[in-house]
Amino acid sequence: MTRLAQGTPVQELLADDPLWLIIGKVIAIFALLVVMTLFMIWFERRVVARMQHRIGPNRVGPFGMLQSLADGLKLAFKEDIRPVLADKWVYFLAPVISTIPAFLAFAVIPMGPEVSIFGERTALQLVDLPVGVLVVLAVAAVGVYGIVLSGWSSGSPYPLLGSLRSAAQVISYEIAMGLAIVSVVLYSGTLSTAGIVEAQAHGWFFWLLPISFVIYMASMVGETNRAPFDLPEAESELVGGFHTEYSSLKFALFFLSEYINMVTVSALATTLFFGGWRAPWPLSAVGDGVLNTGWWPLLWFLGKTLFFLFVFIWLRGTLPRLRYDQFMRLGWKVLVPVALLWFLAVSTIRALRTTQGITSQQILIVGGILLVALLLVTFLLPDRAVRHEETELPVSGSDYPLPPPDLKVPRTPRVRRELGGRHHREGEGDSVPAAQDTGRTAIGSGPGRKEDGDGTP
Amino acid sequence: MPVLGVTTTVAGPVIEAALAAPVHPAQQPPPADPATGLALYVPLVLLFVLAAGFAIFSVVIAPFVGPRRYNRAKLDAYECGIEPSPQPIVGGGRMPVAYYLTAMLFILFDIEMVFLYPFAVSADALGVFGLVEIALFIITVGFAYVYVWRRGGLDWN
Repeated sequence: MTRLAQGTPVQELLADDPLWLIIGKVIAIFALLVVMTLFMIWFERRVVARMQHRIGPNRVGPFGMLQSLADGLKLAFKEDIRPVLADKWVYFLAPVISTIPAFLAFAVIPMGPEVSIFGERTALQLVDLPVGVLVVLAVAAVGVYGIVLSGWSSGSPYPLLGSLRSAAQVISYEIAMGLAIVSVVLYSGTLSTAGIVEAQAHGWFFWLLPISFVIYMASMVGETNRAPFDLPEAESELVGGFHTEYSSLKFALFFLSEYINMVTVSALATTLFFGGWRAPWPLSAVGDGVLNTGWWPLLWFLGKTLFFLFVFIWLRGTLPRLRYDQFMRLGWKVLVPVALLWFLAVSTIRALRTTQGITSQQILIVGGILLVALLLVTFLLPDRAVRHEETELPVSGSDYPLPPPDLKVPRTPRVRRELGGRHHREGEGDSVPAAQDTGRTAIGSGPGRKEDGDGTP
Repeated sequence: MPVLGVTTTVAGPVIEAALAAPVHPAQQPPPADPATGLALYVPLVLLFVLAAGFAIFSVVIAPFVGPRRYNRAKLDAYECGIEPSPQPIVGGGRMPVAYYLTAMLFILFDIEMVFLYPFAVSADALGVFGLVEIALFIITVGFAYVYVWRRGGLDWN
């Protein structure tokens, strides 16, 4: 309670910010996110284009950098359509609901340590809440409302299906994300984002908690509905997903919030696993840590965030979209149990180290023995039984089952009727060669038909 | 203050205070001033106002700056050019039950997750006792998880 009342150093630093500085920071964060969105749209188009041996946008501005700005302006002057079946108020409210939380989540991200702005000493962070990480999770959960309401209020099947998928996806992966973050909180001992960065002064959590990092990476892509998990807007199935019926600036707001969410989860990944604003290793040793002070950290922070954003684009350029059931299976049957077991293992090790005085060397030895034992057990396990379906069903080269060669096709009613008098009883179970004897094929192929047509009076 | 001692974590003093012999109310530290607690959130509110202002401005301004050319087909639900299907969705329509199931499971596991956070913050202070408690908790929820898995609640077709 004493520490909560007094606050962390960053909290004390932020507590005496004058109002003009707070407003300046708010505007700076707003501008940063909007500029990052414009940049990301251009960056994504360029990088994906290079990956696909194209050039990408290169006309508007240097290297086409102003392309996304031009697109945004163009969207503003497009017709604003409201479908007749749409629920008027919710339809207008949904983009607002999805935009606001996207901006809010970035408030707790620490972008740098103590700096001096116009003689005022402060930290490069808007707020350092004692529950910082929970704020990000809570705000991300509120963002789901925008998606659900937009799909529901459009009064159209595709948006509704897209929004349902999207909501199910976001909430499923939020659990995995939260469970991955818990391990970080365990090691930092605080929920404050500045405190988490502080705890990584002697080593990033990426090295300490690699499995948490992998789970976080997977869930952050799922959480933001990005490829290969972009099922809510699977063009081949759902047109545009939840924003199919939106046009003009309302569509732009959905686009904006999607990209801001990408920036936010990347920044959070940087904060939680990559040491936040701290300089990467060789640079952190330069000049007794001078690169970790002043305005330099902003550079490292943005660099690390851009790395994660590049990973997003990389994934999109590389991987095909998953099927929905595969995707949900990955979330619920792989990520959640692995995250829970990992958390149990990490907290056990942590408790043993702090209370029993067991060194990490002993833990590593025991862990190694356990790992070897586990590997031996997996070798002893019998292989999965090989399916013998191949012998039962002839399979074509492309895995599609073929009809058996001795398939007996029943005759068409018409053939049966014409043969009726002569083959009274045999007709039904008659084999194919018998049918050919009479000059007709049972299936009624081309020549057979023609003959048939000629023959009928 | 001397009653509480010095510990490394936030929740340490709370636990110790609870475990210690009954303390006279006058000796207890005063609760944190709610004003300073809420004052932390003022910048967040400012950012909220700015974001809301921007979003609402965009939504409101859009119909006025854009053109308006009436066409009845444009206002129909978009279904790739075919006649819109009679709405099965809005107003008491049907949707796959698996989505409700996922939402219910989300509540279950989200609450589990939220319970893990306070433990994680104060794990060092709670020691082995806390570890056993949280392991029991995770195993208890694990039963529900296994049950749902076996009943096919996590399967999608």
